[in-house]
Amino acid sequence: MTFPVRIRLLVVAVALLLIAAAVPTQAEKLGPDGAPNPTASVVDEQTLLKQAPRIEGRIDILDPKASVLIEPAGRTWEYFHEVLLHRASAIVILGTITILGLAYLIMGQIRIAGGRSGKKILRFKAFERFAHWLTAVSFVALALTGLNITFGKTLLLPLIGPDAFARVSQAAKYVHDFTGFSFAVGLVLIIVIFFRDNLFERVDLDWIKQGGGFIKNKHAPAGRFNFGEKLVYWLSVAAGVAVSVSGFLLLFPFYGVDIVGMQLAQVVHAVVAVLFVALILAHIYIGTIGMEGAFEAMGTGEVDLNWAKEHHDLWLAQQLANEDRWEQPSATAAE
Amino acid sequence: MARMKFLCDADRCIDCNACVTACKNENEVPWGINRRRVVTINDGKPGERSVSMACMHCTDAPCAAVCPVTCIYPTEDGVVLHSKDLCIGCGYCFYACPFGAPQYPQVGNFGSRGKMDKCTYCAGGGGPEAPGSAEEFAKYGSNRFGEGKLPMCAEMCSTKSLLAGDGEIIAQIYKERVLKRGYGSGSWGWMTAYGEGIRV
Repeated sequence: MTFPVRIRLLVVAVALLLIAAAVPTQAEKLGPDGAPNPTASVVDEQTLLKQAPRIEGRIDILDPKASVLIEPAGRTWEYFHEVLLHRASAIVILGTITILGLAYLIMGQIRIAGGRSGKKILRFKAFERFAHWLTAVSFVALALTGLNITFGKTLLLPLIGPDAFARVSQAAKYVHDFTGFSFAVGLVLIIVIFFRDNLFERVDLDWIKQGGGFIKNKHAPAGRFNFGEKLVYWLSVAAGVAVSVSGFLLLFPFYGVDIVGMQLAQVVHAVVAVLFVALILAHIYIGTIGMEGAFEAMGTGEVDLNWAKEHHDLWLAQQLANEDRWEQPSATAAE
Repeated sequence: MARMKFLCDADRCIDCNACVTACKNENEVPWGINRRRVVTINDGKPGERSVSMACMHCTDAPCAAVCPVTCIYPTEDGVVLHSKDLCIGCGYCFYACPFGAPQYPQVGNFGSRGKMDKCTYCAGGGGPEAPGSAEEFAKYGSNRFGEGKLPMCAEMCSTKSLLAGDGEIIAQIYKERVLKRGYGSGSWGWMTAYGEGIRV
């Protein structure tokens, strides 16, 4: 939950607590003879809404949601979803694609300066690659089906018509709901597997000071993961957890939360998801066309020796030292 | 063109739930779905008021705006209808509705919602089904509006507190009542639904 959202929740909670004390004394008005005057004691809609963001009462129905008579915040949430989210998402996502496009046009693909050596070293084991791809494929499915909820009616509906679009959206909803679980599993695996190598070290400061090598076009020092990659990891962990928790709340609606909680969960889910998409677009860029020799790390698990020397020199030195300790004659890894 | 609205005179409502029963019966609403409900404010205290609430058929309906498949739409008379053929049961209309009108039958896995159901102003579905046909009734309930009749809830109200009809006419009726009896707790929900209250 973001800070302003948390503050709003706190304000609402305090306001609700205050009404509990305020209403009984405020509601009852006495007549000239000292007895309660029922007509004068009536509280109208505007007064009630000033006391609390929504009006609730007693109902005969078993469904607790039905006790909310009026909650004007519904229109506020609708404004957020239809106006703010639309505009912000378009800016964020299109902006990211534009910046990445510009980066490619200006910098081009970051090449291996020394050329490929032809020798390989193992960077990611099979299980690590599985965890990454499980999460990655789930993420792409979730992103596309999730964006359909917000942008589908603007972009896709005019192309295929309302009936086909409704059927596609129905299928997309099920894909989104179920893929959330594989994403969560993959996320947990990624958090556990890559935790230790993503802890910040002193070499990260040097990497930052050299601007990641982008400024002087000289490669900066790094361990198994450089500072940029560590940022992606930690941001992904935070965003992934936020999106999973809010997603589960949305999957099991009104289990322990009321309408405000559900609206909040949707807001968190949408905002974090859009930012996450922007982050992953940058991650996909650098891992595919942005840098020569990067994709094979996750694709086959093995990377070129020169690539490792230029981008992760400390890690390479450690790997080679380990191999020397095992007295392996060649520079390539065991499997 | 008439602009259809609901007005519940909370000072006359006696929480008898005739409107709830009438709606359920007339539209054969399944168990668990509550198109109309009566909420009692300050129950048991002086100044207790009951309000009958269903879909208010808002101007600029937030449910229609937020629907990802645009299955909710207003008619010329201001009645907000929706298409159960297009609805994907995502639940967003409920988050957007200030009155909690959309209802969903629990149909599947987890919190999976079925097709949204709500008060139709007894105006059927407005879809490809023939008005007043059995298919339309099975999906959306009765189509009294097509026969020139008003919703059953307002017709059955025992104290004539729930008024349905053209917005100007029922606002006028309410104003006359408030002036005659000297008090009125206001037109509940009108500001949120139609953007204008009734000034007496």
